[in-house]
Amino acid sequence: MSLWEYANPVKFIATTDRVLPALAWAAAGCLAAGLIWGFFFTPDDFRQGSTVKIIYLHVPSALMAINGWLMMLVASLIWIVRRHHVSALAARAAAPVGATMTVIALATGAIWGQPMWGTYWAWDPRLTSFLILFLFYLGYMALWAAIENDDTAADLTSILCLVGSVFALLSRYAVNFWNQGLHQGASLSLDKEENVADVFWYPLLVSIAGFVLLFIALVFLRTQTEIRARRMRALLARERMA
Amino acid sequence: MMPDLGKYADTVLSAYAVSLVLIVALVALSVMRARKVRRALDEVEGRRG
Amino acid sequence: MIALLTRDLRLAIRAGGGFGLGLAFFLIVVVLVPFGVGPETTLLARIAPGILWVGALLACLLSLDRIFALDWEDGSLDLLATAPLPMEGIVTVKAAAHWITTGLPLVLAAPALGLLLSLPGPGYLWLFLSLLIGTPALSVIGTFGAALTVGLKRGGLLLSLLVLPLYVPTLIFGAEVARRGADGLAVETPLLMLAGLSFGAVALLPFASAAVLRINLR
Repeated sequence: MSLWEYANPVKFIATTDRVLPALAWAAAGCLAAGLIWGFFFTPDDFRQGSTVKIIYLHVPSALMAINGWLMMLVASLIWIVRRHHVSALAARAAAPVGATMTVIALATGAIWGQPMWGTYWAWDPRLTSFLILFLFYLGYMALWAAIENDDTAADLTSILCLVGSVFALLSRYAVNFWNQGLHQGASLSLDKEENVADVFWYPLLVSIAGFVLLFIALVFLRTQTEIRARRMRALLARERMA
Repeated sequence: MMPDLGKYADTVLSAYAVSLVLIVALVALSVMRARKVRRALDEVEGRRG
Repeated sequence: MIALLTRDLRLAIRAGGGFGLGLAFFLIVVVLVPFGVGPETTLLARIAPGILWVGALLACLLSLDRIFALDWEDGSLDLLATAPLPMEGIVTVKAAAHWITTGLPLVLAAPALGLLLSLPGPGYLWLFLSLLIGTPALSVIGTFGAALTVGLKRGGLLLSLLVLPLYVPTLIFGAEVARRGADGLAVETPLLMLAGLSFGAVALLPFASAAVLRINLR
């Protein structure tokens, strides 16, 4: 029994079909619990007032925006090295989810920034890198959509993902250098004394769990869809040949 | 029921609204496309017998 | 390799578009900016390094899709692929030809256009130097994008979408060198970063471009 068994599309669909309902309910449950807890039952911050409640959306979505790209990178590497189709299709399936997470992080950040920083947008390193990350997602999805041959598209997009990752990192450091930040430092590092207070921390954890589960459930579902769409294209091509 | 959001009510509510709309739209699109593709594939496979 | 380089250069010169179009575009961008932001000399002098860098970058982008398109259409790219020359070498030569036909003229023209934007005195040297170091990176990154989109019918727009985010670090460091130079500040750090980025891209990206081209020629 090894992980690579799930590289078989039939096995992947069978397994994910079994876990998907549970996963979806868990995601919905955690999201609802985290957000309701955060929205209704947490106190206001003494400086930020009630805007602190936006953290339950902003931090998890930003987390998943980055981890989504990371997942695509790993999936692309697996495709390049081991040529498992499911892996390439999973990377494709994850891109729109990651892009949506990026938009949520940017939008909630901008809405929060208006009263707190006095501006919707500042060319702060973190904000700028997220905008660049969004552009990378767009380019990646556009390349997938533009190429007709499935295998060629998988190859090209995975190489783009690799090169893009390197340049995304470079951009991260370049914008750091380019402008000083307005954004606060990490609020969740495990090794730091000064984290957010416990009252905000626990609902935030639940909400993060919800976003992670939602991401996994959506990627499973969309990967299934991609596998089926690909199989359908193959069958239709065979029909035309006959 | 509704917590007192103070002077930032618009900010908090619009942030939640935007995010929830985006998440719901993403889920709805994914589910709809999954159903459509599944049905189409069943049909093609049914034709092959 | 040298034969291929001279062939590419001769083709570019004979077709005429290579030098002329990129330069004319660069000129037009620089002329349009004062219309957009107003003719105030102090404002123009402040934004001149950035404008010149962005203009050079866009002019570079404009000619990218021709790196492989012609050779792809008449089949000579397939011939090149079966030639004894490794694909990495072909890609490097193509990038070099693009740099000589577009990058280098832009570098040489930039100080002259700096006059139009009343770039401050010490800025000219650093603008010239930063473009000289940075444009090879632009050409190499652009070749990667061109290789990705070589077989596509309407690859031009997609090419811009793919390449522009990749240009971000180069632009940041390059424009930073030019800006600090114009303000008379120390430029070592961004200059070294730009040089590292440029040399790194020139050394490593041809492998990615060659891999992509091989996939596209399959």
